Amino acid sequence: MRKTRYAAAAVAAVAALTLSACGGGDSAESEGGGASGSADSLRIGIKFDQPGLGYDEGGSYSGFDVDVAKYVATELGVSEENIEFVEAPSANRENLLQNEQVDMIFATYSITDTRKETVDFAGPYFIAGQDLLVPTDSDITGPEDLEGKNLCSVTGSTSAQKIKDQYPGVQLVEQPGYAECVTAMGGGQIDAVTTDDIILAGLAAQESNAGKFKVVGNTFSEEKYGVGLPKGSDRCEDINAAITKMIDDKAWEEAITSNTEGADYTYNAELNPPTPEPCA
Amino acid sequence: MEDYLSLFETYDVLAAFWINIQLSFWAALWALAIGTVLALFRISPIPSLQWFGAAYVNIFRNTPLTIILAFGFLGLFSVLQVSLASDLNDSLFRIAVVGLAVYHAAFVCEAIRSGVNTVPLGQAEAARAIGLSFLPAARLIILPQAFRGAIAPLGNVLIALIKNSTVAAAGSVAAEASGLMKTMIEFRSDLVIPIFFTFALGFVVLVIPIGLLTTWASKKLAVAR
Amino acid sequence: MSAQQVLFDAPGPRARRNIMIGNIVGVLIALGILAWVIQALAEKGQLEASMWTPFLEARTWEFFILPGLANTLKAAAVAIVTSVLFGLIFGIGRLSHVTPIRWAAGIVVEFLRAVPVLLMMIFFWLALGSSGAVPPQDAPFIAVVTALTLYNGSVIAELVRSGVQGLPKGQREAGMAIGLTAGQSLRSVEVPQALIAMLPALISQFVVILKDSALGFIITYPELLQFMRRLGVGEGNIIPSLMVAAAIFIVINFGLSSLATRLSVLLSFRTKGRRPATVEAVALDPAST
Repeated sequence: MRKTRYAAAAVAAVAALTLSACGGGDSAESEGGGASGSADSLRIGIKFDQPGLGYDEGGSYSGFDVDVAKYVATELGVSEENIEFVEAPSANRENLLQNEQVDMIFATYSITDTRKETVDFAGPYFIAGQDLLVPTDSDITGPEDLEGKNLCSVTGSTSAQKIKDQYPGVQLVEQPGYAECVTAMGGGQIDAVTTDDIILAGLAAQESNAGKFKVVGNTFSEEKYGVGLPKGSDRCEDINAAITKMIDDKAWEEAITSNTEGADYTYNAELNPPTPEPCA
Repeated sequence: MEDYLSLFETYDVLAAFWINIQLSFWAALWALAIGTVLALFRISPIPSLQWFGAAYVNIFRNTPLTIILAFGFLGLFSVLQVSLASDLNDSLFRIAVVGLAVYHAAFVCEAIRSGVNTVPLGQAEAARAIGLSFLPAARLIILPQAFRGAIAPLGNVLIALIKNSTVAAAGSVAAEASGLMKTMIEFRSDLVIPIFFTFALGFVVLVIPIGLLTTWASKKLAVAR
Repeated sequence: MSAQQVLFDAPGPRARRNIMIGNIVGVLIALGILAWVIQALAEKGQLEASMWTPFLEARTWEFFILPGLANTLKAAAVAIVTSVLFGLIFGIGRLSHVTPIRWAAGIVVEFLRAVPVLLMMIFFWLALGSSGAVPPQDAPFIAVVTALTLYNGSVIAELVRSGVQGLPKGQREAGMAIGLTAGQSLRSVEVPQALIAMLPALISQFVVILKDSALGFIITYPELLQFMRRLGVGEGNIIPSLMVAAAIFIVINFGLSSLATRLSVLLSFRTKGRRPATVEAVALDPAST
């Protein structure tokens, strides 16, 4: 009964909104603003749509990136309620940092030399690798088994193109997000999804996907996830110390396990946990 | 300038436009077929068919095409496992065509209905007077005149369809023009303005002749009254 | 004229029977299609309660549907205001007596009407994002509004133009007779009348703006479709989520369309004898999405 009342209230709210929309466009206030420079609060960029890494649960955020961000923030002396999480889509990450819209970014952000020209990095806090997600009963064990199979990835992603170039028999489907790929694989129309292993694990660990998919565990690239910082930031050393501490006191291990539970996934233990690189 | 020209060696812009043209061509054929049937439904004497036609138009005319195309991939292809071809990418192309056709059929129906409205009452009365029942009257008297009256609005639907074929990137056909433009700008953000105008002019070249042609045709073929 | 009543005779007993049979067949076919869709969805587990219960939870509405809808309406509302302004300026420009202004306005309007909205959106999004002229977080919103304004503003400019050209000549002549200049007569006599006549078409264009705001999904603007996709990812019910998003759009747009129809009936006495056909033809513009 309670639920119906909620629904009724929501319908009423929609009606009210609709009416006010006809009234005209006076509701156009701009949001956002400059990043706060003070040390007792932080604006942190994360993904909002990447389950298992950075995901907007509706009012709260979950995922491995979020857990590491919270741990690091606490070590920097900022309590959890003073963190403001901001969406950082892949295409906007450098801009968000350059314009100081955020203080730092934890968003599956690979450390590369090109990016180092415009932003600074702390970490890495995880080393991911390109891998394949397949249905539990699939016999695909690596990219060489993909000949003649249907592979799905995100539009414009270089990782999928690499496989396509190497194995021309692969049928590549491009979608706006990995969620679309996983939905299609659930229906049996797609044989494999490719991207970084931990992203795949996060997708497979979702409640609705539990037990349906497995991460192959045969990584064929190295992506060092770093903490993106504005150029010339003085926080790099402190963040590296926090990451090292997180790894030492097992909170790091726990964060990975809890965020990939149900995915039948183990991280690449040869490379992980990583040692943060010296700051520039 | 050299930078700009070198773009065309790396990226096949014409191939991307060709995909949009193919999408538009097949979707236009299907939309015309579905839309004509719907228009017949809406002017028919049978209440359930009238209702069906009206419901179809109201549902699809008011839904964003983006949702229809996303639904084509996620609903038809992924969950309902509809395959329209043995080859995966052909299948996705056809699903995008279905999405575009289903959406634009609603507008084709309304365009033809507006064409029917240009046919004077006397024509229908004369048809009945010589003993034609609904279907023969529609086929021989009303629709031929209605199509002539509907040329201009149908031309508008075709123009919209060509432009809307860019939304297919949101469904599953990533290789078309808007998808390629996005990739090109992301790799060469220093050339963002020339890249945009290249694609924009491509559409101007496709669309404006159709507009001129349909205006000319609708005047030329107008029923003299 | 209404075609409905004249295409067929008042049915006699035999025709009534045929209509009845046709009606039953029609209903059966419609029910058959519906049953097939429901069965296909049920077979894939899309009708299970767990797929739909999230929509009964307050959390879903508070954090996904309402914020998404608010962003959609915000973009649409701003774009409606700016498009009308753009349309008025360029519509009057196209009617200007100064040839270069008329030509310039004509070229701008024709160009913008021919370019897909999605191309403009992607362009502004990436160009604004990399130029640093606006905060990157606001770039998607600004890109959505700008693209919607340029396209729909151009369509509205055409509405203004055809509305003014549809007025009887006497209006302008009367304006001139009381000593107004051509420009004054345009602004204070002709355009206000044209605006009333084009009101239904204008509202239909608002439907287009609202629908097109869903393209913002492609450039990461967090509008309704984006939120519903995110909800679908989290709950594993992406198809029900899309259906709910579509239903919300249909309800709002259907309301606007009905308003437009009712207005055009109400206003028909004012536009009678002019050239309602022009306005109607433009109103049928399927525009984009």
